[in-house]
Amino acid sequence: MTTPTNRPTERKDDKLVMDAGDIARALTRIAHEILERNKGVRNLALVGIRTGGVYLAHRLVKRIQGIEGVQVPSGELDITLYRDDLALRKNQPVLRKTSVPFDMAEKVVVLVDDVLFTGRTIRAAMDGLMDLGRPGEIQLAVLVDRGHRQLPIKANYIGKNLPTSREEKVQVLLEENGEEDRVVISKS
Amino acid sequence: MSLKRKDLLSLAPLSVDEITLILETADSFKEVTGRDIKKVPALRGRTVVNLFFEPSTRTRTSFELAAKRLSADVINFSPSASSVVKGETLLDTARNIEAMQADIIVLRHSSAGAAETLAQGVKSSVINAGDGWHEHPTQALLDLYTIRQRGMDFKGLRVAIVGDVSHSRVARSNIYALTKLGAEVRVVGPSTMMPWGIEKLGAKVYYDMDEGLRGVNVIMMLRLQLERQGRALFPTIREYTRLYGLTAERVRLADPGAIVMHPGPINRGVEIAPDVADSLSSVILDQVANGVAVRMGILYLMSGAN
Repeated sequence: MTTPTNRPTERKDDKLVMDAGDIARALTRIAHEILERNKGVRNLALVGIRTGGVYLAHRLVKRIQGIEGVQVPSGELDITLYRDDLALRKNQPVLRKTSVPFDMAEKVVVLVDDVLFTGRTIRAAMDGLMDLGRPGEIQLAVLVDRGHRQLPIKANYIGKNLPTSREEKVQVLLEENGEEDRVVISKS
Repeated sequence: MSLKRKDLLSLAPLSVDEITLILETADSFKEVTGRDIKKVPALRGRTVVNLFFEPSTRTRTSFELAAKRLSADVINFSPSASSVVKGETLLDTARNIEAMQADIIVLRHSSAGAAETLAQGVKSSVINAGDGWHEHPTQALLDLYTIRQRGMDFKGLRVAIVGDVSHSRVARSNIYALTKLGAEVRVVGPSTMMPWGIEKLGAKVYYDMDEGLRGVNVIMMLRLQLERQGRALFPTIREYTRLYGLTAERVRLADPGAIVMHPGPINRGVEIAPDVADSLSSVILDQVANGVAVRMGILYLMSGAN
């Protein structure tokens, strides 16, 4: 599973793949695609996966509000307790809050994450979501799809397809974390 | 930050950061216990053994519920129904349990230091659920959680712990943790129930209850262990109640927003008046509810691979 917030100090060989403008345009497009696919905001809700996905979900909520004039319900999901590697770890990761303050029944819930990689985080997120209620449908929006799936999972909305090697590290840096908006690839 | 400990035996060696981590983790589990489906898969495939050599309903049930809500398998082991009556030692009992691949052993024992002994002898994680008059760390942690839940800051908080401090593991764990977090701890009780040297732990001793309660933010009552009557600790229950029983009148000596706590089981009309136990300032049932979330947090943090 990726831990995009746990980033090392930036190095010279980091390669910029999306700048602030690219991220903004990708999010605007995704907002339009979500509305187009779901024919508006009826029954629509967004849930961000901690931590990067939460920020992106908030941005999408704002964009959708800008387009349709309606603020769709949104929530935040911490997937830690649903990880498949808990039994293998020596020290357990820090838990953060989950908050889905709306009834998911009949809703189209769009999960939002920053990077789609092995697909394990999304599996955990779907299980976590199902324990909170019964969404009518779950869709997936990601800013970056970097490939290397280990589970049969596919995103409905993708900001950018990014061919990477397994060893590379993709980092989504966002203003909400005190960074300049950008996506970089670094060799790890 | 993570809890890099095999066992939770005492609050004395824990850092402020570690205590804070446990309380914050408990906060996430509080959300889980408020869901319709109060269960998460975090400890799937793990085994938690409740090894209780002393009768306890509250603590054992609380640990059992916490482990089950984390999807662990739970076994309750009580000595009357076991080979302990046939003369097996604590360590041998525990090793047998460990041989059945227990990941976490929760131990309640009448001897101080029993959890420590056990922890040294087994590879499983050991959680002290009360050892003699020594410590009861999870009770103190749930007390801290309940105080924090009320929006109180530990720095400069005035806490009075009232009753049989000598024989209270709850008092000792709370003194360790509260002083560490910057609270001012007062211990209130008759001299026969005040352990020698308690002020060395950073607590201030009061023999007069009214004086001890003046201006405090938290009143923590201890259970009067009625079975100790006749050991010359107090002449009569009536006299004890008159001198150290918490009445509504005495609560008024404390800060107007003060809360009343009790680890249970309460002796109504002895150490606490019924109207106080049921009053708005009483958080006694919150303590019980929070106990499950706090223990889920502790089990989760202790469940790292060995």
